[in-house]
Amino acid sequence: MSTNDARDELRRVVRQFLERRSTESDVRRLMEDEAGYDPAVWTTMADQLGLQAMAIPEELGGAGFGYQELCVVFEEMGRALLPSPFFATVGLAATALLECGDQEAMKRHLPAIASGELVATLAVGEERGGWDESAVDMRAQPSGSGWTLSGVKRFVPDAHVSGLLLVVARTAEGLSLFAVDPHSAGCRVEVELTLDLTRKLSRVRLDATPAVLVGRAGQAWDGVRRALRFAAVALACEQVGGARRVLDMTLDHVTVRHQFGRPVGSFQAVKHKLADMLVDIESARSAAYDAARAVAERDADVELAASVAKAVCSDTYTRAAATAIQLHGGIGFTWEHAAQLYYKRAKSSEFLLGTPGHHRDLVGRALGI
Amino acid sequence: MTAELDLVVTTTEDLLRSHPPARTPRRDFLAAQFDAGLAWVHFPVGSGGLGVAPPLQREVTLRLADAGAPDGAEFNRLGYSMGAPTLAAWGTRAQQERYLRPLFVGDERWCQLFSEPGAGSDLAGLSTRAVRDGDAWVVNGQKVWSSLATISQVGMLIARTDPEQPKHRGLTYFLVDMDAPGVEVRPLRQLTGEAEFNEVYLTDVRVPDSARVGEVSDGWRVAMTTLMEERVLFNRERTERTPADLALELYRTRPDPGPELRTRMIDLWVRARVQRLNSRRAAANRTAGIPGPEGSIGKLVYAELNQDALELCLDLLGDESMLYDSYEMSAYTEESLTRRAEQDVRRLFLRSRAYSIEGGTSEIMRNILAERVLGLPPEPRTDKNVPFSRIPRG
Repeated sequence: MSTNDARDELRRVVRQFLERRSTESDVRRLMEDEAGYDPAVWTTMADQLGLQAMAIPEELGGAGFGYQELCVVFEEMGRALLPSPFFATVGLAATALLECGDQEAMKRHLPAIASGELVATLAVGEERGGWDESAVDMRAQPSGSGWTLSGVKRFVPDAHVSGLLLVVARTAEGLSLFAVDPHSAGCRVEVELTLDLTRKLSRVRLDATPAVLVGRAGQAWDGVRRALRFAAVALACEQVGGARRVLDMTLDHVTVRHQFGRPVGSFQAVKHKLADMLVDIESARSAAYDAARAVAERDADVELAASVAKAVCSDTYTRAAATAIQLHGGIGFTWEHAAQLYYKRAKSSEFLLGTPGHHRDLVGRALGI
Repeated sequence: MTAELDLVVTTTEDLLRSHPPARTPRRDFLAAQFDAGLAWVHFPVGSGGLGVAPPLQREVTLRLADAGAPDGAEFNRLGYSMGAPTLAAWGTRAQQERYLRPLFVGDERWCQLFSEPGAGSDLAGLSTRAVRDGDAWVVNGQKVWSSLATISQVGMLIARTDPEQPKHRGLTYFLVDMDAPGVEVRPLRQLTGEAEFNEVYLTDVRVPDSARVGEVSDGWRVAMTTLMEERVLFNRERTERTPADLALELYRTRPDPGPELRTRMIDLWVRARVQRLNSRRAAANRTAGIPGPEGSIGKLVYAELNQDALELCLDLLGDESMLYDSYEMSAYTEESLTRRAEQDVRRLFLRSRAYSIEGGTSEIMRNILAERVLGLPPEPRTDKNVPFSRIPRG
């Protein structure tokens, strides 16, 4: 079987599973749910489909597939709008552990992530917002043989259901990464009311909370930055999946809906918007797939490819979801229609891991301008 | 396959031995290449081919390029890219023998006589008439946007032979001798100052029936082959310096472009990169036999991207953009065709308005994407099954 056939087969399996287990009514139920995800679906994803294990190396309990395979999964999850800590756990935390290269931490946490036992997340941003070095003020204090952390982390995806928080903080040596058990003393996780109800974000308050250093003190940023870029590629694939879903949804609508005695999709004003949406989405798809390939092959310019993908896919998804609402007319503005769910996911994921403007600025720096 | 590959490789090596490119005049080399069957290897023997699989042409092209052999395409762009494939698909054996060799060696340059003042996007609404007279046709009408017509010998013409049929069905395809009496070519000056295109007036031009390509009244299908090949011309990934490269070069020469231009520069660079990735994915899918929608997207995206890039170039150039190099009227000549000088960026900027019009307007491209790729219902058409003679025009 060729690589492409294998990916098509993976896509088919994941799509079929999500069409059954992440229907619109499931999504709406979980939006109101405190945990915000379905643990039974999570377990099936781990036990039967092996999704959490996919891109984790075999010696750490994973299946050792590449990043491009993982990105197929993200695209399908974005398409189904699956509410799940999968992005936080696999996209952020597992990638951060792998990129920071602390063998002991990897051995402790990755097998548990791979098996589906552990939900984890990565905490970077604070009150100011942002996802780069300058966003981090939190201090780590040495305490006996370990460390304690104090301060507030914001916009942490799925922290409220995580058993492991990976937290970026400053030591005298510089930026460092810490593992925090959210049940430890002084740790409070407060779920916020989010624009996008399908992905929960938390405020994490730490007050002299004990923490275990991951990697070397002051040496974390290179690994964390790479992890954030790779996760941005996963997010870009999620965005492509969502964008294509709203296009499909809109095509169905304009073919069925009649006004002036014709399907509304036969009017050029409508057609041209959809053609532009198609062009946008296929371009975004090219950017996302190229970035996934760059991660898998460890291209020298992988971070540039990631920033291009995150910028382009973010803009595309929001534009596509907004156009979908417009072309649905009044029904698209209602709570009962699914268009709003995608629009909120689109707008919110523009900010997650850095705005399109931020990523374009990174591209400019890479070009030396 | 291996036998075919051997044949192609051996024949190419023989050609290069018998006609060393460095010491062979260009026309002689092209003639020898044609006679060896290496013009289009998949064409029949005797018509410039060896009757082998089309992908083997690549083996020839690469070897000839390495050896520094001449490329006839730059002297007869439309003949090579559109004329030859059309003849291969629809021409009779006699027509292939008559036209292909002169086309390939550069004795006859080709031009296109399709668009009319009254038939642009709606090409099938054309009104140039061809009326049968014995073993010939008498053609009357006016064509426009014919590039290279001043220096061409063969015109690819579609004309209406039956106005009582619905518009797509009464058309016939001919090859017109551009030197025949009654063919008048007038250069059409465009907004850049020069004349890349021409108007072609056809007054009682006699075209022998032997120069008809395809059946009478079946010209639309023949023309489609020509037009598909034209779109490929616009759609390819360009290897030369692109307008986006040009903008970045200009950007780097500006001491302090400021945040607004920086944002636009980066955005443009990102768009150019993404479209390059799109083209590559389209090409990879075509090779794998999956014709994806990204193929039809290229023409539309490149047009708008390059327009924006050239606009940015002018904004980067600053006040110098208020000046121009020369509005002197000039048309294509044999000479200007051989030296393709670096064009002034302001001229390219003005020229770029045509990108979204020529070869199918962006609006028509969007219709195609919406109807053929997304499967949306066609707009109701009042001219669909009506005899052409009863369709209002103007």
